[in-house]
Amino acid sequence: MSATVQQFHEEEALKKFDRGSAWRLVRYLRPYRRLIAPALLLTLFVNALGVVEPKFFQYALDWYIIPKSLSGLQWLALVFLGVKLLQMLVSYLQAVLFQSVGQHVMYDLRAELYDKLQRQEVAYFDRNPVGRVMTRLTSDVDALNELFTSGVIEGLGDVLMVFAIVGFMAWMDWRLTLVALVTVPLLFAATTWFRKHARRGYDLVRTKLARINSFLQEHISGAQTVHIFNREEKSLGQFHEANDDYRQANIETIFYYAVFFPLVDLIGSLGVALIVWYGGYRVMQNTPAREVLSIGALVAFIQYSQRLFQPIRDISDKYNVFQAALVASQRIFRTLDIPVAITTPAEPKKSGRARGRVEFRNVWFAYKGEDWVLKDVSFTAEPGETVALVGHTGSGKTTITNLLMRFYDVQRGQVLLDGVDVREWDLKALRENFAVVLQDVFLFSGTVEGNIRLGRADISEERIAWAAREVRADGFVERLPEGFKSEVRERGAGLSVGQKQLISFARALAFDPALLILDEATSSIDTETEQLIQQAIERVLRDRTSIVVAHRLSTVQRADQILVLHHGELRERGTHQQLLARRDLYWRLYKLQYADDSRRDALPDPTLGESLQYGD
Amino acid sequence: MDDLRKFAFYFRPYKKSLVVGVLCILASVVIGVLEPVYVGRAVDALRSGPTWTKVTGFALIIIGVRVVSGAFLYLQRSLLIGMSRHVEYDLRQDFYAHLQKQPLTFFQEHRTGDLMARATNDLAAVRQLAGPMVMYTLQTVFIVLIILPLMLRISVRLTLLLLVTMPLVSLTVKYFGQQVHVRFEKIQEFFSSITARAQENISGVRVVRAYAQEDAEVAAFKTLNHEYMTRNLGLVRISAVMRPLIQFVIGLGMVLIVWYGGILAVRGEMTEGQFVEFTLFLMRLIWPLIALGYVVNLYQRGTASLKRMNAIFAVEPAIRDASTVREQPPVRGRIEFRHLTYAYGEHSPPVLRDVDLTIEAGQTVAFVGRTGSGKSTLMNLLPRVVEPPPGTVFVDGVDVREYPLAQLRSAIGYVPQETFLFSDTLAENVAFGVRRAERAEVEWAAEIAGLADDVREFPAGFDTLVGERGITLSGGQKQRTAIARAVMRQPRILILDDALSAVDTYTEEKILGRLRGVMRERTSLIVSHRISTVRDADLICVLDEGLIVERGTHEELLALGGEYADLYERQLLEEELAAS
Repeated sequence: MSATVQQFHEEEALKKFDRGSAWRLVRYLRPYRRLIAPALLLTLFVNALGVVEPKFFQYALDWYIIPKSLSGLQWLALVFLGVKLLQMLVSYLQAVLFQSVGQHVMYDLRAELYDKLQRQEVAYFDRNPVGRVMTRLTSDVDALNELFTSGVIEGLGDVLMVFAIVGFMAWMDWRLTLVALVTVPLLFAATTWFRKHARRGYDLVRTKLARINSFLQEHISGAQTVHIFNREEKSLGQFHEANDDYRQANIETIFYYAVFFPLVDLIGSLGVALIVWYGGYRVMQNTPAREVLSIGALVAFIQYSQRLFQPIRDISDKYNVFQAALVASQRIFRTLDIPVAITTPAEPKKSGRARGRVEFRNVWFAYKGEDWVLKDVSFTAEPGETVALVGHTGSGKTTITNLLMRFYDVQRGQVLLDGVDVREWDLKALRENFAVVLQDVFLFSGTVEGNIRLGRADISEERIAWAAREVRADGFVERLPEGFKSEVRERGAGLSVGQKQLISFARALAFDPALLILDEATSSIDTETEQLIQQAIERVLRDRTSIVVAHRLSTVQRADQILVLHHGELRERGTHQQLLARRDLYWRLYKLQYADDSRRDALPDPTLGESLQYGD
Repeated sequence: MDDLRKFAFYFRPYKKSLVVGVLCILASVVIGVLEPVYVGRAVDALRSGPTWTKVTGFALIIIGVRVVSGAFLYLQRSLLIGMSRHVEYDLRQDFYAHLQKQPLTFFQEHRTGDLMARATNDLAAVRQLAGPMVMYTLQTVFIVLIILPLMLRISVRLTLLLLVTMPLVSLTVKYFGQQVHVRFEKIQEFFSSITARAQENISGVRVVRAYAQEDAEVAAFKTLNHEYMTRNLGLVRISAVMRPLIQFVIGLGMVLIVWYGGILAVRGEMTEGQFVEFTLFLMRLIWPLIALGYVVNLYQRGTASLKRMNAIFAVEPAIRDASTVREQPPVRGRIEFRHLTYAYGEHSPPVLRDVDLTIEAGQTVAFVGRTGSGKSTLMNLLPRVVEPPPGTVFVDGVDVREYPLAQLRSAIGYVPQETFLFSDTLAENVAFGVRRAERAEVEWAAEIAGLADDVREFPAGFDTLVGERGITLSGGQKQRTAIARAVMRQPRILILDDALSAVDTYTEEKILGRLRGVMRERTSLIVSHRISTVRDADLICVLDEGLIVERGTHEELLALGGEYADLYERQLLEEELAAS
């Protein structure tokens, strides 16, 4: 509850105009100043072209039509055509330039954000749900794009245009200009009134729609509950309320639109009427000696007054977009500024391939505050050894593997690899020494081959084929429609749990790391694949230090050392035989978790002696 | 076309709005067109002996015309767009009602996201068909029909010249609008692949870190990001054409007026006023012509969306009351499964095999077995969440398919495996299955479900909101809420499908004790993994791969020394371990 409140305040604080992030945003434009400078010039130019247009009507009337002279009219028309053509080309170029800049800036921002996310520690992603992180990368960056596509920058041009038009009009006849400008405050007032209500209406409509959507979502997911509890009628009634609220909100908003559009037209006509009225009065004062206002100028005036409308209506709109973009940029910058806690030390003591000696020295660790997940854990694994971690869910097994790869830093004690604290290792080198096979195998969309190789271009196809063969994954892969080139769908859909595991074993073997971390899956796997997996495990554990969160009898039996964790404490250690003999924690765990294996085990295991019969 | 005919049905209740709205469009167009006419006359008057009163008169007429046409414009928008909102409401209401009739299988076939898209995006597109499209189309037609004769009256040739160029405005909007839309959609698709990629990277953060794949990931993202930018730049090149091109086509019209209109005016075939009038007519035509191009695109998208919605409307609910169904005598609670074999599809293996079981009214029967042994399916068949084959499931000797769904289900209190709470108050969630509930009844049900103590600690007691907008309940609290919800109905048959798994054994004991009190005389079916939950049942059935492999009381099954006895022993061990 308080967290949401806090976040709310944060969002509120962000809404305030922040000059700092505006300037920071400008920095992103700098690389493209060669595009922006001409674009700005073109904006000026296109506005200038727009300003002269009504003049053509004035000249047509004053020079040709009224004096009844045809000579030269075609040239006037031709120049007019030229102006329109030029205007088309220039405004096209200008739009393309600005939007290209926008695309480049977005590209840069996304790249920078992504880069930052790759360097963030795992804990960052524990704190920030995927959805929120994705919002930064998508909608927030898009909001910035609005700056360029909705023409906020051209909006500056609009302001210039307004001044230019007014200047032009004043130059032609300042008295008539003053009369014509009477409509401007009215237009401002109408626009402000409309904007305020339309905005409020829009927010209301959005809220109501969100309610409909969440109701629908909920009732589609909970359809079965609705049925079982004969709730159809009442739910339909509730839906009616949400639906009706939405309808009402929309209908209320229609009012503002229905009033605003005719109102703007009316104000426009008022301008025309005023120009006809007062301009007409001025025209009547014309004498052959002195022309106060030509008819052509009067017509041009009418056109100018209409031209003022669009920019004035747009200005506040563009300001809103600008603000939204600023808020989005602030959120992006904040993400970029979050410090990364787990980094390579300035002068790493060690890098390169490890021999594989692992030591935990009085390690205390909590994900949060004082909720210790590991309490004073110490153990050593010599190079080449296999250590099996055993214990109930939540006993701290996975945490041990997380600390080893330095996903998190310990609070007390030390984790050492080859006698060097992992915090003093070069981070990349440290992790390159490991391969992991997680319980819930994570496959990326791409080919099978790509999932084995990941980003390591130096792993050849031969090596991939070899690794797959070694872990017996070649069998099913070759049966796939395109073998190693077959596409793995999102998260490996279409492959069985066992097959996904075999792929990840192949991946581990292809990388040939000094250390292996294996979190065995608990989910049931068909017997055939199970046999393959047991062989694969045996293969990958060979020749390297391995830390295994064990769920299989065959694995614990093979381990050089078994560590029994209970509520974060290391309670027992030893080999399978030694621990069974103690008839304590391990013995009970064994009976619960592994005894079933021993009965159903399809594989005759040579190490499985008489003493291991069920019921021992 | 068939889709549209069905859609037309939705306009029927609003016939009056539609007719009056259309008349308003006509009125506002007819009156509005007088403005250019009078501006033209004013210019002519200025040329030939103007007077102060005359000029003032014209100014007043110009304003007056707008006031009247503006009023009609207001009515037109209110009526027609308002009508489209009513149609939208009706359509959405029908859509939801239709969804609600669909059984579980429907929701397994149609993903939530897809249904949501139809109820939101598609519905919005259809609404545009009903409102803006109707309004703008008619507006354009009327304006063209009324302005055209006025223009022809002044000069046939100039009008024809403009008729050649001006429709280009509509074509530009239509063509580029469509192009931009199609490309934009494609780019969006590509963008979702980028999003998916990034999402994958973030979800798989541990794998990425563990294999030190950050640089490779950044490089891969860079390629996608670059491709996205390139595609967008391509789109920009096309989308940026539209506005300048439209402006040019309009400008071309203006140039034609200056040139040819100028010639006509010099020759005296047209007055100065008419020259001005022509330019004003042209300006009048711009927006309707743009709208026309826009409307064509709206129509295409709208009809496509309509088709998608109708596809859902066409799905007949698979589980519903047969026409011959009659109200049955009140349910007492005797349940029979007669040689029930059930598979989810024709080609899938059966999940239940030859289940034959009679449960007398008032009995408590428990079901244990591995995940996937068919327990939940068996429970789902009773309230026909899943449709049983005819002649296999009976309540009080009547096939469940012979009951009206409402009667059958209201006799059952069901606590499913996965608790589903709605984002509403706790009281509403508990009283979910009854028509009207006194607070005392809610409290009573909560008391039995062992929820009452928790509620006392909530900020607003039973009025506390749960779910998205409120507090998050623990798994155990959710389950107990679901139990209270079932108890609240005082059902003849209570089904607990693994409904106490998140509740500790001590609390479970208490809840079961209280339930026994309430459920005396009523039938209870309990599915569980825990011995402690099922040991006191009148009958315990052990299911394995859809077969009832053992049945008997707790003592009988222990003596049998089979699966059940095995399970019992393992749970004893577990308890010991937890205690150590």
